[in-house]
Amino acid sequence: MSYRKEGSPFWRTTVSSGRVRSQGRTANERVVERVLFCCALTAVSALALITAFIFAEGMPELGRTGPARFVFGTTWSPSRGMFGVLPMIAGSVAVTLAALLMGVPVAVACAVFLAEMAPPRAGVLLKALVELLSAVPSVVYGFVGLTTLVPLIREWTGAPGFSVLAASVVLAIMVMPTITSVSYESLKAVPGSYRDGVAALGGTRWQAIRMVVLPAARSGIVAGIILGIGRCLGETMAVLMVAGNAPVIPTSLLSPVRTLTSGIALEMGYASGRHREALFGTAVVLFAMIAALNLLTRYVASKGAVFGGRRRPRDGSAGA
Amino acid sequence: MGGAGHETVARAREPARRDIGMLKRTDRIAFWVFAAATAVALSFLVFIISFVFVRGIPRVTWSFLTERPRDMGRAGGILPSIVGTIALTGLALLIGTPLGVATAVYLTEYTREGMSSRVIRFGAESLAGVPSIIFGLFGFLFFVIFLGFGWSILSGGLTLALMILPTIIRTSEEAIRAVPREYREISLSLGASRWQTVVHVVLPAALPGVITGVMLSLGRAVGETAAVIFTAGSSLRLPGSIMDPVRTLPVHFYVLAREGISMANAYGTATVLLATVLLIEIAANILIARFSGHAGRG
Repeated sequence: MSYRKEGSPFWRTTVSSGRVRSQGRTANERVVERVLFCCALTAVSALALITAFIFAEGMPELGRTGPARFVFGTTWSPSRGMFGVLPMIAGSVAVTLAALLMGVPVAVACAVFLAEMAPPRAGVLLKALVELLSAVPSVVYGFVGLTTLVPLIREWTGAPGFSVLAASVVLAIMVMPTITSVSYESLKAVPGSYRDGVAALGGTRWQAIRMVVLPAARSGIVAGIILGIGRCLGETMAVLMVAGNAPVIPTSLLSPVRTLTSGIALEMGYASGRHREALFGTAVVLFAMIAALNLLTRYVASKGAVFGGRRRPRDGSAGA
Repeated sequence: MGGAGHETVARAREPARRDIGMLKRTDRIAFWVFAAATAVALSFLVFIISFVFVRGIPRVTWSFLTERPRDMGRAGGILPSIVGTIALTGLALLIGTPLGVATAVYLTEYTREGMSSRVIRFGAESLAGVPSIIFGLFGFLFFVIFLGFGWSILSGGLTLALMILPTIIRTSEEAIRAVPREYREISLSLGASRWQTVVHVVLPAALPGVITGVMLSLGRAVGETAAVIFTAGSSLRLPGSIMDPVRTLPVHFYVLAREGISMANAYGTATVLLATVLLIEIAANILIARFSGHAGRG
């Protein structure tokens, strides 16, 4: 005999007939549920712990120097007790922007080719190959950049080679698979009827891509780019090896540059006392930037959903 | 009159025909431009792999893999780093996989969209965006110092476990959601409890997807440097217990290359590292292909 409890979904139904067994099972279920719930809290508690520990260690120095002077100070000189992270913020931003300028067009073009133009089987295979790029460890990227790209830049320009340019080229290659992969998925999510509509109107494949498919996949592509920005800001080892690491605001593509992450990694090994706290202060700044980026992602995602709803009538008119 | 009419039609048609020709040409040009972009991306992959393998493969011999390093890594092999990497990533998976799968099960089978699931998902998504160096700093503050684990396999493994948690949660959740609803209904109708359904029906069906996520995480963990260097230390000795410090392959490679200790051994180490992560990734991809073939997705 089975019965259904009032108002509970079907999986809450007690299906067993024996009352004792059923009660034991319900108790078991409750324990299981509680244990699973505790496991599920790991991620969010880890996030809380990370925030708490990084801030607890970093805030004292921010307070001592003053948040404004810490963030906007242009001199980073631990030996003189001067801690201004603006050069590193500028470095991170410069390297990220340059990497996106180079990486995004190639990555999106690659995604369009794989999703829309290549034969389906070849597209899947080539996408897997492009994604292999994301498996390459960042130290390997850094090292290959250090031994090939840096000397190349040195030879061409006469500058030392360790530069914004070197770091951003390496980063551009590193974030490409991320952006390509996310863009590919969002292109694949565009219904085939959109393309059929354009074809029925006598449009070419390129017209379909340019005027219908790309606009429809836009929010997904933007999400991929934001993910790429996060990667760029957070990447440490590869940048550390090719950027030159001078804590000065970069003035050209050939200036050596130090990012927030590489600044921390460089000095963490030997820093102590106030210096170490200042490095954790740097981590607080990085953390805040990443958090802001996360909020932006959420905003874009919510906006994407709205666009998805609005797009349909427009497609209807295009297909009619 | 007829002739004039014909002429008009022809004149009217001509630009249109030229238009179609141009559109076709644009279409072809677009194809080749986008194909070129793909070729550029793939050429980086080929270049990086061949650059490392050509220089490193001659160095990778049996003794390189099975000997301890001598003279700071100038001579000898990389055995402690291989053992250290396996121990560290193994521990990370041992801790991260159950937690991640449990989270995914809770999100998919035990709760509906609401406050608690939103908080859990927010935690996982935000954690995925945290840079690895922040994980490293946190692991150093929390596991190494606060909990007193020191630079050890334990500290490094726990840090990596937190780092891979979001990936495992996301991929497991996807895999579990792909299990057809009928499976659960049939199991429940046969008198199985929810937990029995999860263990005997849902998880086995979702296993390939879960394993894929675990393997992708493993690849990430093996190559990770910034989070490991502050938590697992940089010891060249063979670890005897979980509390011993280790120097993983990427860290060993980084030290060799950055301090110019031995380029030959650096390339050898990089070859072993790169081959390992590529094999893991390729295996994961094959699994994905087979899995999605079975599930009939796409």
